[in-house]
Amino acid sequence: MIDIVINVTLLAFLAITAVAIVRMTNLFAIVMLYGIFSLLSAGLFVVMDAPDVAFTEAAVGAGISTVLMLATLALVKRPQKPYYDEAPRAHRAWLPLIVVVITGSVLVYGTSDIPGFGAPDAPAQTHVARYYIENALPETGVPNIVTAVLASYRGFDTLGEVAVIFTAAVAVLLLIGGRREKTTVITKDEGKQDET
Amino acid sequence: MRPNLILHVIAKFTIPLIILFALYVQFHGDFGPGGGFQAGVIFSAALILYSLVFGLDAAEKIIPSHWLRILAALGVVIYAGVGLVSLLLGGNYLDYTLLSSNQIAGQHLGILLVELGVGITVAAAMLILFFSFAGRGRE
Repeated sequence: MIDIVINVTLLAFLAITAVAIVRMTNLFAIVMLYGIFSLLSAGLFVVMDAPDVAFTEAAVGAGISTVLMLATLALVKRPQKPYYDEAPRAHRAWLPLIVVVITGSVLVYGTSDIPGFGAPDAPAQTHVARYYIENALPETGVPNIVTAVLASYRGFDTLGEVAVIFTAAVAVLLLIGGRREKTTVITKDEGKQDET
Repeated sequence: MRPNLILHVIAKFTIPLIILFALYVQFHGDFGPGGGFQAGVIFSAALILYSLVFGLDAAEKIIPSHWLRILAALGVVIYAGVGLVSLLLGGNYLDYTLLSSNQIAGQHLGILLVELGVGITVAAAMLILFFSFAGRGRE
């Protein structure tokens, strides 16, 4: 009962946040709302008994990516007025509305075939999950099955994920990191002189 | 009075706690929620908070960016190295059983080392991302 109340409240807040993000034009406020959205999702994951996922969502989604998006916002200059205020409307509102309503109702109809949350006969629980639950503790001695699966049973996958993160850091370094060219420094000095 | 005095005091008070929590999540991931990935992100969040409050130059004095590049690669090397060691000991790649005297101890050691590698790479990579973006804005 209390789970349903928390779920409904969190989902309502999620929907309100999503609508606010769509309707808002201030990019700074949108980034902050993204952080709130991630935090609400983390709360939902906790209710679904997935603390590891909630942990990641709260740390990465609400923490680091908000900071990175703010840093990006500081880099790119925000136009004084949003351009779409002046652009004439090229389409009618009811056509996308119909498409969205039909797609949404098909998706909702599709959920009626999905097995119940945490159902023991769901396809996700019948393959290797049973093996992990029964053998993770005796085989690895690690009480947290998530850690046992991530680091031991699926060690190859996690090695690949670490390589992906390393590659992302290398890519960012190559694109915008490292030493500046001399020409950039000169233009920067000129810009300072112009200001003063 | 200095500007942002409250911010400075609160940040100095909370940053050690955040780092301590990151280490707890790192080494307690076997028993509670969390692991190398989350710990790395939390650790980098502490240093990002430091650089937000005290400035980028002060943060780069703590961890110079060429160290970060070495650390990011070191984590991957630790992870892949554990696999290589178990290969050399006669097992399969990333099979931790042979790392110690019995299976449980070997698995424990292997998972600990692998998570350490994940944590180091994630923390360094997140800091590289942040310093690259923020350092660009400084110009």
